[in-house]
Amino acid sequence: MPKLTIEELRKGREEARSKIHLREGEFRGKVTVHMGTCGIAAGAREIVSAFLNQKENRKIIDILITTSGCAGLCSREPMATVELLDAPPIKYGNLTADKAIKIFENHIMGGQIVQEYAIGLGSERGG
Amino acid sequence: MATRRIELMICAGTGCVASGAFSVRETLEKEIEKQGLQNEVSVITTGCNGFCGQGPLLVVMPDKIFYGWLKAEDIATLVEEHLLKGRPVKKLMFVPPEKKEPIPLISEIPFFKKQVLVVLRNKGIIDPENIWDYIAREGYVALEKALTQMKPEAVIEEVTKAGLRGRGGAGFPAGTKWKLSRKQQNPTKYLIANCDEGDPGAYMDRSLLESDPHSLIEGMAIAAYGIGATKGFLYIRTEYPLAIKRMEIALSQARELGLLGENMLGSGFGFDIEIRQGSGAFVCGEASALIRSIEGEIPEPRQRPPRTAEVGLWGYPTVLNNVETLANVPVIINRGADWYSRIGTEKSKGTKIFSLVGKINNTGLIEVPMGITLREIVYDIGEGIPGNKKLKAVQTGGPSGGCLPSSMIDLPVDFDSLAEAGSMMGSGGMIIMDEDTCMVDVAKFFIQFTNDESCGKCTTCRDGSDALLEVLTRICKGEGKEGDVEFLEELSLAIGDASLCGLGTSLPNPVLSTLRYFKDEYLAHINEKRCPALVCKDLIKYYIEPKKCVGCQVCSKNCPTGAIKGELKHVHIIDETKCTKCGTCLQLCPPKVSAVVKVSGEQARNLKVLEKPIPVASARALS
Repeated sequence: MPKLTIEELRKGREEARSKIHLREGEFRGKVTVHMGTCGIAAGAREIVSAFLNQKENRKIIDILITTSGCAGLCSREPMATVELLDAPPIKYGNLTADKAIKIFENHIMGGQIVQEYAIGLGSERGG
Repeated sequence: MATRRIELMICAGTGCVASGAFSVRETLEKEIEKQGLQNEVSVITTGCNGFCGQGPLLVVMPDKIFYGWLKAEDIATLVEEHLLKGRPVKKLMFVPPEKKEPIPLISEIPFFKKQVLVVLRNKGIIDPENIWDYIAREGYVALEKALTQMKPEAVIEEVTKAGLRGRGGAGFPAGTKWKLSRKQQNPTKYLIANCDEGDPGAYMDRSLLESDPHSLIEGMAIAAYGIGATKGFLYIRTEYPLAIKRMEIALSQARELGLLGENMLGSGFGFDIEIRQGSGAFVCGEASALIRSIEGEIPEPRQRPPRTAEVGLWGYPTVLNNVETLANVPVIINRGADWYSRIGTEKSKGTKIFSLVGKINNTGLIEVPMGITLREIVYDIGEGIPGNKKLKAVQTGGPSGGCLPSSMIDLPVDFDSLAEAGSMMGSGGMIIMDEDTCMVDVAKFFIQFTNDESCGKCTTCRDGSDALLEVLTRICKGEGKEGDVEFLEELSLAIGDASLCGLGTSLPNPVLSTLRYFKDEYLAHINEKRCPALVCKDLIKYYIEPKKCVGCQVCSKNCPTGAIKGELKHVHIIDETKCTKCGTCLQLCPPKVSAVVKVSGEQARNLKVLEKPIPVASARALS
């Protein structure tokens, strides 16, 4: 790497900051994918990947993708709960990677709940 | 790199590495791969997290969950439960002493709660071997500001206004030192970072370099710009291999990006740093001796004036600052003197790092605001003394410092309060002593240390420490005599007055402070031949109480010198001529029996020792 100018240092800092965001950052929203045995069997791992890919492709850093245990509604797995700041949590069921992309696009980016996949209100701390 | 959803911040400071951090990391990586999580989870190797007593340890981000005392066999559960299924593992979390419920969040653990992180702001958050991690957290912002927006004088003025005092021990104002060096007309000037950390139990500088080496590099570069030095040295003990390795990596990364070397950030100013390793002589922490060591000479301190800021390394003006002092500089320049000077007390600004060790529940590295009380450190951050024993003394300042009694527990910790109380801030070792500590023995330990480390140049330091040691040894052996206390006092004052450097002038402090606060212990040793803490081997005896002994033979079978006789169901007897006072019998006697006791003084002299082992039943009938 060549010697930096002040502008390059500043630009590099911005990029570096987005890389360590998980360690220090504030998040405006959280997606929890339910990863009980039932969820994993129904394909929850792919849902996690789909959300992570969306995050990467769109260069979004202030949305947290996380996992939790079984949500108790095993027949509707894979499921995920989307919680945005100052908005009620929304639970989605029977997810596929495509549905996850649409949720990311409409709900997380656009603030519009995807009614057709939603199965209800309520945070999920299941386990 | 794909977007990760979890980062595992695994501590790889010297302490955690010694307790197996690297094998934990290896297992983690394997398990992560096994679960197919390698694209979702990263393992970040950080420097010292601070909570050394809990190592090996890691923090899961962004969940902020702290796991300690990790073993390779715990890792599979941790990865599957927490990382895959999102269920934090309770049994690996920190449980406060005497409690049952774990505390999941690192921010809620008392050890971390009261700390104020200024110098250690990056510990456990960045990878010390990746310069961009440092840059991401405001790294090199202060250097840019200094080089482009400030005149050198303004840098010195800011540091002076912030009230930054030397963290190596004496607390000399850093700005004053810099100003003196700035005034020198010589075009060649040097800056030295002193990392000759020699106090027993102290490891602040090592941890700082292991966790955040760039904060020192940036601090040095700014200081060099202020004083007009173009060359810097980091003087570090060769016994700190990990710190040296991380420092070397950091230096080459900084050079590569032009943050060191010629024309830094296009400003025209150039500066570079070279590492010089010392062989671990305590006297090399002293400025003029350290300079002699870099020059390749025998490290003996020299008379001052002239100060090293005027005549230093190879005769050129040289500023010496402690590592922690320099690591404060980027924060001061970045946030400003006003912000900085709001932390701390009137005359001691900012924070101080301590290594909290000894008889304390939470062992580790802490950073606290100046002016915090000893009570807050011992009972809030340290969560008290193991086994609910009583606090006896807090030792600060290493061999140059003193022992403060438990009655001074509400003393604010700052340069002046500690000095007034007969101790000193020192570089930041804080050793907690409980009721089982003999203060004469402690004084002897420190004098033994300084006696070994005296360079020998001054008679008072070299021979004076010999004489102190001889008297202290005699007292601990029960051969103390009248007049010893007065002699110790008088000689201590003379050594303090007549020695040349800080090593000599402060070496009597452990004696003087223990005499000041624990004189009754000296007198008990001298007059009653009694060690109140039951430590000094020549003054104690182990004794098996005939009425309590059940004749189980646990002690006699384990005595390394075969000093205990007595067959099964017979009261055991210790043969004093064979006993080495190792204490094995006391440790092994079952708690519900508790027949073995340690006694000293008159009690020891008046023991009624049975002539031969007798059946347990007949011992019960003894009067």
